[in-house]
Amino acid sequence: MSVQTKSLLDRTVPPPIKDAIEFELILPPYQRHALSNGVEVYAIDLGNVDALMVSWIFNAGNSFETKKGVAAAVNSLLKNGTSKRSAFDINEHFEYYGAWLNRHSQHETADLTLHCLNKHVGELLPVVAELITDSVFPQEELDIYKKNAQQRLQVSLKKSDFVAGRLIDAYLYGPDHPYGQYLEATDYQELQREDLTAYYQRYFREGACRILVAGKLPADILSQLEANFGGLAIHAPEKGTALPAPAIIPAVQKKHEVVNDPNGVQGSIRIARNFPNRHHPDFQRVQVLNNVFGGFFGSRLMANIREEKGYTYGIYSYLVNNIQESALVISTEAGKEVCAPAIAEVYKEMDLLREELIDEEELQMARNFAIGTILGDLDGPFHVASRWKSILLNGLDGRYFEEGVRTIKNIGPEELREMARKYLRPEDFFELVVV
Amino acid sequence: MIKYDRFELANGLRVLVHEDASTPMVVVNVLYDVGARDEDPKKTGFAHLFEHLMFGGSINIEDFETPLQLAGGENNAYTTNDFTNYYIQLPAENIETAFWLESDRMLSLAFSEKSLEVQRKVVMEEFKEHYINKPYGDVWFKLRELVYQHHPYRWMTIGSALSHIEDAKLEDVKNFFFKYYRPANAILVVAGKVTSAQARELAEKWFGDIPSGTKYNRQLPQEPQQREARKLVVKALVPLDALYKAYPMAARTEPGYYVADLLTEVLGGGGSSRLHQSLIKEKKLFSQIECYHTGSNDPGLVVIEGKLIKGVSMEEADQAVEEELAKLKAAPISEKELAKVKNKTESAIVFEDMSVMNRANSLAIYELLGDVDMMNTELQKYQAVTAEEMLVASRQIFDPLNSNTLYYYSEK
Repeated sequence: MSVQTKSLLDRTVPPPIKDAIEFELILPPYQRHALSNGVEVYAIDLGNVDALMVSWIFNAGNSFETKKGVAAAVNSLLKNGTSKRSAFDINEHFEYYGAWLNRHSQHETADLTLHCLNKHVGELLPVVAELITDSVFPQEELDIYKKNAQQRLQVSLKKSDFVAGRLIDAYLYGPDHPYGQYLEATDYQELQREDLTAYYQRYFREGACRILVAGKLPADILSQLEANFGGLAIHAPEKGTALPAPAIIPAVQKKHEVVNDPNGVQGSIRIARNFPNRHHPDFQRVQVLNNVFGGFFGSRLMANIREEKGYTYGIYSYLVNNIQESALVISTEAGKEVCAPAIAEVYKEMDLLREELIDEEELQMARNFAIGTILGDLDGPFHVASRWKSILLNGLDGRYFEEGVRTIKNIGPEELREMARKYLRPEDFFELVVV
Repeated sequence: MIKYDRFELANGLRVLVHEDASTPMVVVNVLYDVGARDEDPKKTGFAHLFEHLMFGGSINIEDFETPLQLAGGENNAYTTNDFTNYYIQLPAENIETAFWLESDRMLSLAFSEKSLEVQRKVVMEEFKEHYINKPYGDVWFKLRELVYQHHPYRWMTIGSALSHIEDAKLEDVKNFFFKYYRPANAILVVAGKVTSAQARELAEKWFGDIPSGTKYNRQLPQEPQQREARKLVVKALVPLDALYKAYPMAARTEPGYYVADLLTEVLGGGGSSRLHQSLIKEKKLFSQIECYHTGSNDPGLVVIEGKLIKGVSMEEADQAVEEELAKLKAAPISEKELAKVKNKTESAIVFEDMSVMNRANSLAIYELLGDVDMMNTELQKYQAVTAEEMLVASRQIFDPLNSNTLYYYSEK
């Protein structure tokens, strides 16, 4: 009997891989156009699906407000009534065409973002223009907003992670800084319609705006944008005018324990330090360090505190996406009885990164993971648009992306240890546990 | 139109390939035909715990994550009541790493005691984080038990009690693996920058020699038609009273599924939906109200849930919801409203299908449902729904004898 020859598969040997260093990463460029009123349109024409996204980004975040909560209220209520349409009419219009019009209010900017099928964009842009020029903020809508926002806040305040998120920002930036302040029920109660209309007039109707459009763009998209927005009172952000950068006054006391719910079974742990913004040369280097430390599933914090000890469902560290000043934050929810050992392990991992060099395999893994993520992230017009949005709003350009890729590919263990020695010192961190 | 190629390996593994040369990435998605509904009522939460153990090393590969990350890949998994799904996305050049990893853990796990011990703790923390340490976190435990008296949708994927997870044994893990995690019960989808020929060759090479296993024939106790209004009252330390109403609906592959889906859009899809407009804006009884369905493979639920404005009584709020349902049951919805919910559905499908990962995932699920071509026929099924069908379905679904109402009171 003959033995059948079959190539045996050796499953213990991993297939060869192409290394991250060899991937060429190119951020597809935007085309820039100016409307008649000077407002710049950044257009990213990509993809093979007849759908698009348009974002109107105003310098109208809470850094500009003089009364707490006004920026968010204006942004939220932009689509709740014009002199011609009720909130219901507006919602129905967008929904009838299967479109989403989302609003987001951040610290420096506030935006309106439309997602729709290309075939309907002509019906939708005129109504967006109407919202930017003719929102009336009906008293009744404001009253509903105030009441419902307070009720939502009441529920959120029962969640330890929500409370921890508010407090750690206040420690990092100070409770009066736009990044550190948070709203109480009374702040909602004090919102007046006049506050909203004045803010709207200044920061939206006649505000500084950029338009980002992405997708498989219809040939006439620019003329449609010109027709609907080129004649409005909005303008481009003035060159050379800096965004507000109020003084940052971090808390003096570093350690905080808060009992929010005496019956809570977990603690929300936040360990955080202030960190420079994206213009600082260390920013992208520390991003690589952070990948090794707690930036993804294969990181040290996750491997140790979840996969080895089982203290938590998940633990991550990250650099906050703030324009004026960032922060390095470690965040996890852990069983009440294991909070103390979990925190001790976080500091141990900092110690290790300061003391020992990261070995080549681990660094290669973090590097390749980061490159793979960027590659996946450059896939499709909306991902590319969100990368450009971050670059543009931070006052950077395409070189920032290229520099980031170079840093990931070339940074070595010594440089990472130097970063750890500079930025991963336990004494520099705020430590908060909310149960 | 999403194109795909479908074939089966000799061991019964079903393979779907979707080519998209416009992306530099590939997605390798493996779906196993086992979910929380297949669990022993005394060992609930096991399918999900098991999903965690799939990352704890396989027979020839000690560490799943490191080689994948070296290849620039990322991955995750999720467990539902119906199935368990694993996916990897990585640069197309490194596709074989995904085949190597996924095939080895289909061949056999390492069955490490240490991994079981740690993941038991991790899952218990997950349980606490999402269901104990959150206001209203226990609602779905109660609601499922109220509605499903026989069918295993009675429990959540996380399990019905922490003790079930605590008691999981390595023996259970082995039995579960060899019963369900076999090629005969799995679907492999390869999507992105890959050719069908390449995917076939790799599938044969890496999965071809895995023993087929026995095809699992699901025989679950079915839930009889509900014929009584059920009601449950709960008090808890939450800030606001909340109202939940759940109504059994059609299974995923029945025509009634599409009708029910559109009905939830009419009632709760967005700012112009009926419940939002009437109960938040006009009557000001709720600060938040939603209508959605669970979308499960076996008959699921249409759910209405809302938080009451302070001072509004539960009875008044419930009555107002009933009035909206009565209007829906009294007359067909207008052509405009019907066009709106269909347009919304069309958009949702287009946007969802923009991502290769979603396309891969959907192909696996439709194959599981028995007809992968549903990927391309779903929209037509929604388009074909008439106002008259919606009227009839609303009367069946929102029949008081088909209702399950939970009054969730804020304890003073």
